[in-house]
Amino acid sequence: MKMTARFFARLTRHPNDNRVHWLAWALLGLLLASLPWLVAAGFGNTWLRILNFALLYVMLALGLNIVVGFAGLLDMGYIAFYAVGAYLWALLASPQFGLHWPLWAILPIGAGVAGLFGVMLGAPTLKLRGDYLAIVTLGFGEIIRIFLNNLNAPVNITNGPQGISAIDAVHFGNVSLARPLDLGFITLPPLVSYYYLFLVAALLIIGIAIRLERSRVGRAWAAIREDEVAAKACGINTRNVKLLAFAMGATFGGVAGGLFAGFQQFVSPESFGLLESVMVLCMVVLGGMGHIPGVIFGALLLTVLPEFFRQIAGPVQQSLFGSVLVDPESLRMLLFGLALVLVMRYRPSGLWPSPQRRREIEDVQRADAPQDVPVSPM
Amino acid sequence: MTLHKRHTLSAIALLLATLGLTACGNKDNAPAATGEVTIKIGHAAPLTGPQAHLGKDNENGAVMAIDELNSRGLSIGGNKVKFVLISEDDQADPKAGTTVAQKFVDQKVNGVVGHLNSGTTIPASRIYSEGGIPQISGSATNPTYTQQGFKTAFRVFANDVHQGQALAQFATKTLKAKTIAIVDDRTAYGQGLADEFKKAVEAGGAKIVAQEFTTDKATDFKAILTKIKATNPDVLFFSSMDAQGGPALKQARELGLKATFLIGDGGCTPEFIKLAGNAADGQYCSLPGVPLEKMPGGTVFKDKYQKRYNQQIQLYAPYVYDAVMVMADSMQRANSAEPAKYLPEVGKSQYQGVTAKVVFDANGDLATPAVSIYQDKGGSWSYVETVEASAKVAK
Amino acid sequence: MDIFLQQIINGVVLGSIYALVALGYTMVYGILGLINFAHGEVVMIGALVSYSVMTALLPSGMPPVLLALISVLVAAPVCMALAWGIERYAYRPLRHAPKLAPLISAIGVSILLQNLAMMIWGRSYHAFPDILPAIHFDIGGAQITLLQTVTIGLAALTMAILSWMIQRTTLGQAMRATAENPAIAELMGIPVNRIITLTFIIGAALAALAGLMVGANYSVAHYYMGFMLGLKAFTAAVLGGIGNITGAMLGGLLLGLIESLGAGYIEDLTGGFLGSNYQDIFAFLVLIGVLVFRPGGLMGERVSERA
Repeated sequence: MKMTARFFARLTRHPNDNRVHWLAWALLGLLLASLPWLVAAGFGNTWLRILNFALLYVMLALGLNIVVGFAGLLDMGYIAFYAVGAYLWALLASPQFGLHWPLWAILPIGAGVAGLFGVMLGAPTLKLRGDYLAIVTLGFGEIIRIFLNNLNAPVNITNGPQGISAIDAVHFGNVSLARPLDLGFITLPPLVSYYYLFLVAALLIIGIAIRLERSRVGRAWAAIREDEVAAKACGINTRNVKLLAFAMGATFGGVAGGLFAGFQQFVSPESFGLLESVMVLCMVVLGGMGHIPGVIFGALLLTVLPEFFRQIAGPVQQSLFGSVLVDPESLRMLLFGLALVLVMRYRPSGLWPSPQRRREIEDVQRADAPQDVPVSPM
Repeated sequence: MTLHKRHTLSAIALLLATLGLTACGNKDNAPAATGEVTIKIGHAAPLTGPQAHLGKDNENGAVMAIDELNSRGLSIGGNKVKFVLISEDDQADPKAGTTVAQKFVDQKVNGVVGHLNSGTTIPASRIYSEGGIPQISGSATNPTYTQQGFKTAFRVFANDVHQGQALAQFATKTLKAKTIAIVDDRTAYGQGLADEFKKAVEAGGAKIVAQEFTTDKATDFKAILTKIKATNPDVLFFSSMDAQGGPALKQARELGLKATFLIGDGGCTPEFIKLAGNAADGQYCSLPGVPLEKMPGGTVFKDKYQKRYNQQIQLYAPYVYDAVMVMADSMQRANSAEPAKYLPEVGKSQYQGVTAKVVFDANGDLATPAVSIYQDKGGSWSYVETVEASAKVAK
Repeated sequence: MDIFLQQIINGVVLGSIYALVALGYTMVYGILGLINFAHGEVVMIGALVSYSVMTALLPSGMPPVLLALISVLVAAPVCMALAWGIERYAYRPLRHAPKLAPLISAIGVSILLQNLAMMIWGRSYHAFPDILPAIHFDIGGAQITLLQTVTIGLAALTMAILSWMIQRTTLGQAMRATAENPAIAELMGIPVNRIITLTFIIGAALAALAGLMVGANYSVAHYYMGFMLGLKAFTAAVLGGIGNITGAMLGGLLLGLIESLGAGYIEDLTGGFLGSNYQDIFAFLVLIGVLVFRPGGLMGERVSERA
């Protein structure tokens, strides 16, 4: 408990106390601020919407990265926390129960409840490792989805498979982000306002993730990831630290889920299937497990890539063969599958791994260490 | 390199990567072709995933309508017009559905037919409403879709309430069932229809003896069917798509469950009969509208479809065909393809389609939706009767 | 009582199918410690190839049993070739990569195969032909078909043969050695790579057989069928103790029974509060329960903390 308190205190300190490259950061800030306008003007609102979803996935991927990347616990049911956050928003701000709570109340509750679910998942699975943990977390994710899908009887809570519609948009007092936002000097279209909101949330989460990684807890996670027995021997309370990983990861998912519900204004259990969990896991692993910039890159790439295939698959065939031979839609998924295989084949530690981790892996490969192959009874 | 520098560089590289990736989609809004005015109709349905065969069927229906419109050489507002279909895959996923919807709004399509599923149609309808683009769905049956107060939302298909009532009426009055078992697949479609059916059956005086559930990915139904067998119902209503209903019927007969089998529009397909085999003989399904054979132009449509795609109509193709036609008809009456100008005309439609006479009520639902019952006789669905869904949809 | 008996039969048949698929997962996991996520898709390909062969030969008027035999003789080599390719190009290069890399690669292969199958066989659900005459046996009021009897028998037989092969043959010895320690096995003159490839190929042959049985039992085949089936079978393998042949069989049967009895009696057990819509929860809850108390699965040996 003391450890967590100290860690939160450290959060407030600036990561780079001394010489900061102000110019580069200012440039980056300017780019991020102008991005929605550039994208909307250059490529249309579709891509702005995709960009917004990409930011949500950045938050999700960073949350999962805490569990999988930092602490080395393979979680395949991560989307459950996203679902919990989304449904909490939907229930507390929609005609379903006639509640219309504001953002500052729901988001912390959503984060908290999702965190609680994280602990609920973590507690019984503390002893499990690797693939066993994977299958249990996968089951947990399905259980949550099944409950959401069926809790319309005997008491109607989630409205079952019909989902919850007419959810309140994100709003601050009387100012709703679903309407054009007049700031006096500029009017923000809804998609742009959402972009800024998501950007702020994503930046906050990135900040927290960076601080976490460098904190004492972060080092404890790394120790567990590398060798749990040794970590325990060094006096790390592996139980609490692991639970904290689940809780923190889940919290991020809960926040992203709430924002998703406010943005989409409709939630239904279909959005939280197993494939979504797999997708977020792919983002983390493809980008570079445990490496924050890599994970962000992975999330952006996997949100944008399928859309990109959707745009080019037809026209490219048209120009190459004169007609569309293969259905662009199946080709899109085909290429996506192929991309996953090829990236893992040539960049097994991800597209953008942390330099340190890459060195470790290359060392292992060079040494061809036989003891690295798991041993199981036949 | 210092730690700071490296981080700054990473951040910039990340940003550039984002920009590079977002720079890929810039090929919308291609200029219109020579002289003619191009009217873009958006079509959205799952073209991948388990329902892809139905999505493709919808697309086929839309393509046929577009081709026919173009062959007529229509003029709207004094210009020769050319209809173009822009078909998108919404993966039956609400999120992908909204992305597709936004894309249509960006491309300034003149109207949208779709989506196929209620789960995608409802969130997408908000985006069309905000963009002022008329949307006609030929298959989304959830009542909520037209009850959200959007002026742009229409459907040329009876909703769950209509169909549930018609099925219940058929089960209790024509089949004279006293005991009924229900299975629903826990999708928005299956559950919605099952609930309306259940309400109407209970109002009609029959008893629900078992209510069981499955999923839209299941292939083994023996456990729930065995349980239903113990209650020995007169009628088994299976609220799912053909892909589950067909094998379920076959398995029911293997277990010696003898109840008359009833399935909604999702099972009213040739696919269902193929999957159920001999077991389908004598069983019933329902389909909104009046049979194609009884409608002017219906048989022609059916033959044309079979000839062109070398397969039978799966399910919703004629409804999607009608949806496109209603849209084009409204444009002609308004003498404009501008969404804002022809939208009021859509609500005033009196269009004689191949599935029904399309007249909308204030919500955008069909004013007098009819539901027809079919029976499998020797390997194909043949018409039994049409039930007028009388009751109004209560909010 | 006949209803209860019927549910047991339903469960055992379903369980036998899970077991057949689970054997493929468990063999690969036993030797490599790798979740071959694409195995479910190989089963799917097996089912669809069988379907194509059978429908193509149907007009010839051959007896259905012969058709089934021919179809599995065609499907097995196709699946084996596929598995060889997957192992060679998607898994082998990743043998010393970080643990999650092969998993992602497997997911990629899975997506690839699904969409490839969709291109070849289309999006429709295909009605699988009957492979055996519809003969029913009556056991205490419950029905069991000839096909179901054969399915159970086949699963048991396959398991017995596999167990014998692994325990008593030279190949089995080499497999066990490779599973124990690949490096030392190599030093002992065991062609480790060839053994691993062989494991994959044997698993694929089983997948072809499983595909045929799934298609025949539930009379439907489509490009999407592998995913859920694979997931359930993998759950079964973990339940029984992954890497253990008998465990896979036990896990499969148990999962089949849980699902069947769960769907049948969950309503009575919970006083009508939960219905058969919670059927899948039952399976996962039992899985979690078993793993919490026996982290290695029912038949698995105690996994070391480092596993």
